[in-house]
Amino acid sequence: MTCIEAHGLRKTFGATIALDGIDLRVEEGRILGLIGPNGAGKSTALNAILGLTPFQGELKVLGRNPWTERDKLMRDVCFIADVAVLPRWMRVSQALDYVEGVHPKFDRTKAEGFLGKTTIKRASRIRELSKGMVVQLHLALVMAIDAKLLILDEPTLGLDLLYRKQFYDALLNDYFDHSRTVVVTTHQVEEVQNILTDLMFIDRGKIVLDSSMEDFEARYAEVLVSPEQVAAARALRPIYERQVFSRTVMLFDRVARDQLRPFGEVRTPSIADLFVALIGGKTATAQGVAA
Amino acid sequence: MSVSDPAPASPAVSVPVATKPFYWTLRREFWEHRALYIAPLAVAALILFGFTVSLIGLYGRAKELAQLTEDEKAAAIVQPYHFAAAAIIFTALIVSVFYCLAALYNERRDRTILFWKSLPVSDLTTVLAKASIPIVILPLLYALIIMAMHVLMFLINSAGRIAFGLSTAPLWTHVPLFQMEVVSLYGFVTQALWYAPIFAWLLMVSAWAKRSPFLWAFLAPAAVIIVERIAFNTHYFGMLITHRLFGGLEAAFAGSSVTARGAVKVAGPKFPVIGLEQLDPVKFLSSPGLWFGLVIAALFLAAAIWLRRYREPI
Repeated sequence: MTCIEAHGLRKTFGATIALDGIDLRVEEGRILGLIGPNGAGKSTALNAILGLTPFQGELKVLGRNPWTERDKLMRDVCFIADVAVLPRWMRVSQALDYVEGVHPKFDRTKAEGFLGKTTIKRASRIRELSKGMVVQLHLALVMAIDAKLLILDEPTLGLDLLYRKQFYDALLNDYFDHSRTVVVTTHQVEEVQNILTDLMFIDRGKIVLDSSMEDFEARYAEVLVSPEQVAAARALRPIYERQVFSRTVMLFDRVARDQLRPFGEVRTPSIADLFVALIGGKTATAQGVAA
Repeated sequence: MSVSDPAPASPAVSVPVATKPFYWTLRREFWEHRALYIAPLAVAALILFGFTVSLIGLYGRAKELAQLTEDEKAAAIVQPYHFAAAAIIFTALIVSVFYCLAALYNERRDRTILFWKSLPVSDLTTVLAKASIPIVILPLLYALIIMAMHVLMFLINSAGRIAFGLSTAPLWTHVPLFQMEVVSLYGFVTQALWYAPIFAWLLMVSAWAKRSPFLWAFLAPAAVIIVERIAFNTHYFGMLITHRLFGGLEAAFAGSSVTARGAVKVAGPKFPVIGLEQLDPVKFLSSPGLWFGLVIAALFLAAAIWLRRYREPI
């Protein structure tokens, strides 16, 4: 089943084009990483998907138009914006009461169970909790909702390493199953690389890369080339080069690994390196930008 | 992907549980805006404290009272009860104004609107729940607080008189508790309905303003009055506002009138409590001002709902 489907999704703020007619299709059971520089249009895309902003073009989330049916859609969609959106005046117990009171698919026992694994006290106000605890609480609330789509917008921003690791572990082990769909945006790409099933780069309102992780691994290769072999390797048209000590790391798109092996060890690039190659290094290697 | 949880699929919880979004949105408002009930309770506590302290001079005053006519005596005895009710009514106004201005503004400023909107509660439900606080909930709650306060004052008053060896009979004659509470409840309900367009206006500004909703809410009408005065040398808008602010009592109580300067005089002050026969719900319900105001309130609320849908965190 298709979870999110967009055709020619467009959004402008005055003269600024935030989304430039993007097409998008996210199938059920996927974990999609939406990666892009600041101001690329990620948040606008998520806001449109969540029914927080009107848009032009066609967009269906779980078969509904999010702008006109936000409240119905939110029975099946959960959303963690960032660490700061839980009301600071609220008590933990009130947050549980409220979500239980308004959400038909909230399982309080489950939420209590998740909270039981933390040190969060029911009587605490949210303002008294640390940033990490707030995220734990939000995650506990969200994971107790039997939703079909979970949207995470920079969910681990400002958290320390331990909480970040815990966050994704909990998400994978206690929440994700193959009937749910997750869309996550983050700048900490290294920590999501291993959990994503799909990857999408977005830049200046356009989709620059839309690929499953299998395709990503099959398509892109990175080789550490020693100085004397640089010229030979360049003949295979790397899409990006960078210097590491005296050697050159080259990133290739759709070049057979057998052809690359003579130059050195071949490995799958990190998402971050590909991101720099496709978006950051645009001017240097303009010919390499894949559609 | 290896999922350690043995049975993540839970077909058992597919039946939606009945939810009460309106009720819980109301509860939430009282959690967030604790001044809604703390302010009147604090005022009531202060009044009761002051009233208790004032009993020290009760004996002396009782002697002076004996010299007065029945009417003057009644006025003197019932006066603190009126004062107490007036203080709570004043609190209700202040609290309602500040509540309305914060209700749809704070959630955008502290970005919690993103959390509220991540839950299946419509903008319609949210705005109507918030509007019902000053228009329906607070009038009933505050009338109840006045009633409780009056009963306590009556008991304290009686205890004081008994302690000084005075008769409690003048209290029973001159403090018509039942009548006062009916008048206060009726007054609260009618005036809140009369003020509905004002509360709705404040809510709309609160949903619209990017900063200082307070200034927008009060300066915008002031600007209209000034511009009208300069451009046309008329003051219809100002009269409209004055009528809205002070015309509610005239509409709700028989025999009352608005003086030229906008002050309301409720007639028949011989007995210092408004008589039950002066409650005139028929006149109130048939006054065009009420319905005109309610239509305006509905328009402002519709705008507030629309704005909440479009507005983003600030």
